[in-house]
Amino acid sequence: MLNYILRRVLLMIPTLAVISVLVFTIIQLPPGDIITSRLLLLQQQGVDVSQEAIEAMRARYNLDDPLYLQYLRWIGGFLQGDLGYSVQFGQSVNHLIWERLGYTLLLTTTATLFAWLVAFPVGVFSALRQYSLLDYVATVLAFLGLATPSFLLALVLMYLGYAWFGIPIGGLFSPEFAAAPWNGSKLIDLLKHLWIPAVVLGTAGMAGLMRVMRANLLDELGKPYVQTALAKGLHPTRLVIKYPMRIAINPFISTVGWLLPHLISGAAITSIVLSLPTTGPLLLESLRNQDMYLAGSFLLMLSTLTVVGTLLSDILLAVVDPRIRYE
Amino acid sequence: MRDPVTNERHGAEPLLEVLDLRVRIERDTGLVHPLNGVSFRIQEGQSVGIVGESGCGKTMASNALLRILPRRAEITHGSMQFRTQAGDRIDLAQLDPMSRRMRQIRGGEISMIFQEPMTAFSPVHTVHDQIAEMIRLHDPGADKEEQHRRVVELLDQVGIPDPEQRAFDYSFQLSGGMRQRAMIAMALASGPRLLIADEPTTALDVTVQARVLKLIERMQRELNLALMLITHDLGVVAHMVSYVYVMYLGRVVEEGPVEAIFDNPKHPYTAALLRSIPNLASKSRRLEPIEGNVPSADRLPTGCPFHTRCTEKVGDICQQRMPARVELSVGHAVSCFRYTEESLDDG
Repeated sequence: MLNYILRRVLLMIPTLAVISVLVFTIIQLPPGDIITSRLLLLQQQGVDVSQEAIEAMRARYNLDDPLYLQYLRWIGGFLQGDLGYSVQFGQSVNHLIWERLGYTLLLTTTATLFAWLVAFPVGVFSALRQYSLLDYVATVLAFLGLATPSFLLALVLMYLGYAWFGIPIGGLFSPEFAAAPWNGSKLIDLLKHLWIPAVVLGTAGMAGLMRVMRANLLDELGKPYVQTALAKGLHPTRLVIKYPMRIAINPFISTVGWLLPHLISGAAITSIVLSLPTTGPLLLESLRNQDMYLAGSFLLMLSTLTVVGTLLSDILLAVVDPRIRYE
Repeated sequence: MRDPVTNERHGAEPLLEVLDLRVRIERDTGLVHPLNGVSFRIQEGQSVGIVGESGCGKTMASNALLRILPRRAEITHGSMQFRTQAGDRIDLAQLDPMSRRMRQIRGGEISMIFQEPMTAFSPVHTVHDQIAEMIRLHDPGADKEEQHRRVVELLDQVGIPDPEQRAFDYSFQLSGGMRQRAMIAMALASGPRLLIADEPTTALDVTVQARVLKLIERMQRELNLALMLITHDLGVVAHMVSYVYVMYLGRVVEEGPVEAIFDNPKHPYTAALLRSIPNLASKSRRLEPIEGNVPSADRLPTGCPFHTRCTEKVGDICQQRMPARVELSVGHAVSCFRYTEESLDDG
């Protein structure tokens, strides 16, 4: 087991190295760079920028260096925790990213918990009472949840939240708390706002998980070991919990794998609709403006979290399922 | 004690007596009748074979005994009198399948070995865990150490080498033969009095089959277990049991002491089954498969269930009426118009 983890961790290093090169290349692929897009903006505003000023800016960000040098400088800084400088915002990337990451983490965790807490019992019930009324209701709702684009759900919930409960629309805080220091009432304000994005972000995942849980459990319930355990005289309820449910739970563990990358890409469109201070909208913005260091940091962190998330869920799976542990 | 020739009562009541058992399954496509009046009897310590092709209802019969039928199946008729360890007679057909009483009998008094040792164990629990659970369920007094001691002892008894270590293996780490041995150990862990073995060797390599059968036979003798061996393999039956029931489409068509069935089969179906066994001793003879297929249980033929494939039909009566059970000699009975008075009148 320890060997397995060690091997997987070591394998991550070359994987991430290759990914970082790819990320850098992709950012460089579109014609132009952050300076040209800045210039375009300034010219539209009627500001004239001298050739010298442009040259100076290019030199300041080392944009005329060969690409491999630019890559090495970027990745070297990255490894030391310096994520570079966002030309667009005029701030260091570190400064821009961390607070947003915190809120994204909070949102994603809440959304995932919501998805689990609903999907697990409903999925189990649907499987145990297959073709019952509640199974049909859950099935219809699950397909609706899967089919509804989350930004649409966001709009609907925002409207309902405002019309029925008078909850102010969007964001994670009411205006009066947004800049306030942390205290009890700010926390309560946060919780009041949190449920809409949590439900929106969690719904699609919940619907999917519910279907997966139902299908898996149905599969497992038909396996001969269930018959064996029944023939031993085990009580049916305890049987379902101990055997088939234990095995059908694997997909829930796999969700940990895609939970982490979600932290960053985190449903950008939904976040824009709900004007959430999460990472998604910022990533989109940086890509549009070719803000190289900001976009690169996001993409590389996204990839790292994907790799780490996959590793984590693989390890967890190996812990709960001996068939994987012993290969 | 019991008389292996007649399988009749001698003073003591039989351990299990099944009378006219009928089971019906509701499918979306209609009703299916897997059991249509099965009767059989097992004495204490006796080994009985239930033989038939797949689809004849033999597995359904054992599942009905333990009341672990599929969800939409129900017992519509008949009784299953079982004499418990305490000496009471209970009709298993009348018990609530989920009741405490039934769960105590299931595993505790009647245990079962399944066909597929590969999938009959949970893949994510150790063999030790699953055998200890069986002990715990039927002997709540046993503490952890006692359970462990008995698991190791059982595994040793069924011939698993190095039982202290192997007990903590998962089923997929054991070979097919070892897995079936562990399954036998689990079935015996609760000290049952009737062991149902449902095709216990079908999924195993031929070389392993004989050893597993020997083990079942040895355990049966040592523990004075009653054995209900369910199989399609007449070769297995010949060596293992003293009395045989031949089933076809949810009915017993012939029953008798094993010698009578093999040397002097009366029902055309039994005779055809025997002719279809590959026999190394008589190389010259060609294999004779039984013509046609087993009719599906949702469209049972009228009259004698075998008439659609029978080569020795007496006449129209075969597709019109059910032949009655006729006792030809002591303990040897058959249901076929070739042996009834009616067919003579008719013909």
